[in-house]
Amino acid sequence: MPNPAKIWLALPDYGRSTVWILVITVALIISVALLTLWERKVIGWMQLRRGPNRVRIFGLAPGLGQPFADVVKLLLKEVVIPANANKVLFRLAPMIALIPAFAAWAVIPLSPEVVVSKADAGLLYLLSLTSMGVYGVIVAGWAANSKYAFLGAMRSAAQMVAYEIAMGFALVGVLMASGSMNLGKIVESQTGGFLSWNWFWLAPLLAVYFISGVAETNRAPFDVAEGESEIVAGFHVEYSGIAFALFFLAEYANMILISALTAVFFFGGWQGPFQGYPLLGASFLGQPSFFWFGLKIFVFLFFFLWFRATFPRYRYDQIMRLGWKALIPVTLVWIAVEMLLAACRVGPWARPWYH
Amino acid sequence: MAANPLSEIRNYTMNFGPQHPAAHGVLRLVLEMDGEVIQKADPHIGLLHRGTEKLAESKPFNQSIGYMDRLDYVSMMCNEHAYVLAIERLLGIEPPERAQYIRVMFDEITRILNHLMWLGSHGLDIGAMTVFLLAFKQREELMDVYEAVSGTRMHATYYRPGGVYRDLPDSMPKYQVTRWHSEKDVARMNAARAGTLLDFIQAFTEQFPAAIDDYEALLTDNRIWKQRTVNIGVVTPERAMQLGFSGPMLRGSGVVWDLRKKQPYEVYARMDFDIPVGVNGDCYDRYLVRVEEMRQSNRIIRQCVEWLRAHPGPVMIDDRKVRPPRREHMKEDMESLIHHFKFFTEGYEVPEGETYAAIEAPKGEFGVYLVSDGANKPYRLKCRAPGFAHLAALEEMCKGHMLADVVAVIGTQDIVFGEIDR
Repeated sequence: MPNPAKIWLALPDYGRSTVWILVITVALIISVALLTLWERKVIGWMQLRRGPNRVRIFGLAPGLGQPFADVVKLLLKEVVIPANANKVLFRLAPMIALIPAFAAWAVIPLSPEVVVSKADAGLLYLLSLTSMGVYGVIVAGWAANSKYAFLGAMRSAAQMVAYEIAMGFALVGVLMASGSMNLGKIVESQTGGFLSWNWFWLAPLLAVYFISGVAETNRAPFDVAEGESEIVAGFHVEYSGIAFALFFLAEYANMILISALTAVFFFGGWQGPFQGYPLLGASFLGQPSFFWFGLKIFVFLFFFLWFRATFPRYRYDQIMRLGWKALIPVTLVWIAVEMLLAACRVGPWARPWYH
Repeated sequence: MAANPLSEIRNYTMNFGPQHPAAHGVLRLVLEMDGEVIQKADPHIGLLHRGTEKLAESKPFNQSIGYMDRLDYVSMMCNEHAYVLAIERLLGIEPPERAQYIRVMFDEITRILNHLMWLGSHGLDIGAMTVFLLAFKQREELMDVYEAVSGTRMHATYYRPGGVYRDLPDSMPKYQVTRWHSEKDVARMNAARAGTLLDFIQAFTEQFPAAIDDYEALLTDNRIWKQRTVNIGVVTPERAMQLGFSGPMLRGSGVVWDLRKKQPYEVYARMDFDIPVGVNGDCYDRYLVRVEEMRQSNRIIRQCVEWLRAHPGPVMIDDRKVRPPRREHMKEDMESLIHHFKFFTEGYEVPEGETYAAIEAPKGEFGVYLVSDGANKPYRLKCRAPGFAHLAALEEMCKGHMLADVVAVIGTQDIVFGEIDR
């Protein structure tokens, strides 16, 4: 019987990466399935309902079978392609939306050891990939040849461009604090317990980043691209069956991605909250592990759901106003503040390795 | 065509509804849009036309009461009220006092039902979906009140010329133990149902203000809600009157006009309540007006409950012309049996004449214009639906706003197509 650890080490680099890519992709798809259930449950509780509680798995866990039953339903449904649609683009759009949402995970450090690619330009890679996502939406809205879908695509394009900028500037602030574009190094730079994490010195950027993240994923209260009650389903109004499911998958994968990135950039990624503290630091609470990363992702995902249950929807021009006139100025001001802090060598800039 | 490429840029038309989640049933709007900005909004009506007015001409007076429920199907008893009132005026009869109090109480219960429905769907249209479910929780209790008193949750057919169909029941229907509700759950759910209907209604009125506070906590000071409703669909008081607005649409613009105060019918003159009035005439003011109206309705219901507890008595006029004979008489008395048969097949004759009876329905002035030629059927029945005048102003209210605001305006108009298409 060969030792699995030895086989693992004997594998070439690309072999190990392939395994990790498979693991992450499958885990992500399952997480999306569970997230849809969790969303319906949480919103149900907030609305004095029970949420899905009928579909069981082997007679156990009421409700847990719901997302899987939904997947089966969507797989079996016909994918209707409208007669006047651009058939190639119409088929291509869901993939364009989905691929960046998964590919972005390549550079995310899941735990101290596990990351598919330790790319030094990880931050740039992420920025370029997340801005790719909008093309799926635009192409879908255009190819469907429906006025509702087209309106959704236009809204989405304008919105994503505006929030991309705010998001980019917020990340410039992170970059200034961490001194690296490598996501693993960004996490490592936040060593030293929860007060050393970036959220403390970059609180306004955290707010901007998370709000932009919600807007980037087209989630309530920024869901004008779908705008249920205005443009019915927006860009994916003509999609059915598994083609719709791909958009759905992309949206939820992006939610998880934004939550993960918020954790990486502002909450120390896989770092434990009491790292380096006396007594606690030696315990589980202080040790870096995937558990902390997962917990942080979970908390931010809860915020997504909470927003959806609480807020009315912004109007499209109000979203633009918020993006251009509130969020971008905040980031610019805070970058200036950071420059002052760096000059005074306080906070993250007091670290010896920084200079 | 002209060489100038700019001349090629045209507005485009968009069909909004009838199968649209925010079309409140079967509204079909043809929108002419410049980008997202509305240039023209043309409401098409008639998709829910059922010929109620014509149908009424072919039926004895009493048999059309049920049709009135189906006009504005979220404020059922108020529609009945206007119709019944018109018949009573032609007959020259007045229901007993207790019946009048019951009618006032149910008018106000209906107002709360309607406003809860409006609040939920308005919120949902603007994207605040939790309010919808919170509102429906309260609505469910009032639906049970409808059911307890008339046997149906919606189309009650409870008001009759000369009073109401029957007195308030002594007990409430109760939940049973099922797979999903254990005995403990059922005991909790039945806690308020142990006593009479009046006890149940009183219990409702005691907890309802707190429920309104919950809705307000979600919306009133919410920045997004305000951004979406303040200065949207503004109507000046002069314009509101010219357009034939009524109800909260008129009061939202600042016109103090409420038929319950200005032309009191039934026992409204004895009730202590206030009329909320808006200032700016925008969607937000109309929202505030309607929310306050719910609180005032709650007040009126309490006063009615108190009076009804203390004053038992008949709920139907003792006039053999307009009421069916008592059941027990029918068993032994042949004349009563014949009378019963004649009453429900042939009905009664109403003296020649015409009248207009209007009540303050939740959506505005709901009026019934009734012409009788002395036969047992109306010669002509005309319903004055408040929503019709409101919908006609849709274009004026939407022009220059964005697509998302159309949804807010449709919501604020509280449109129900049952009454508009009739």
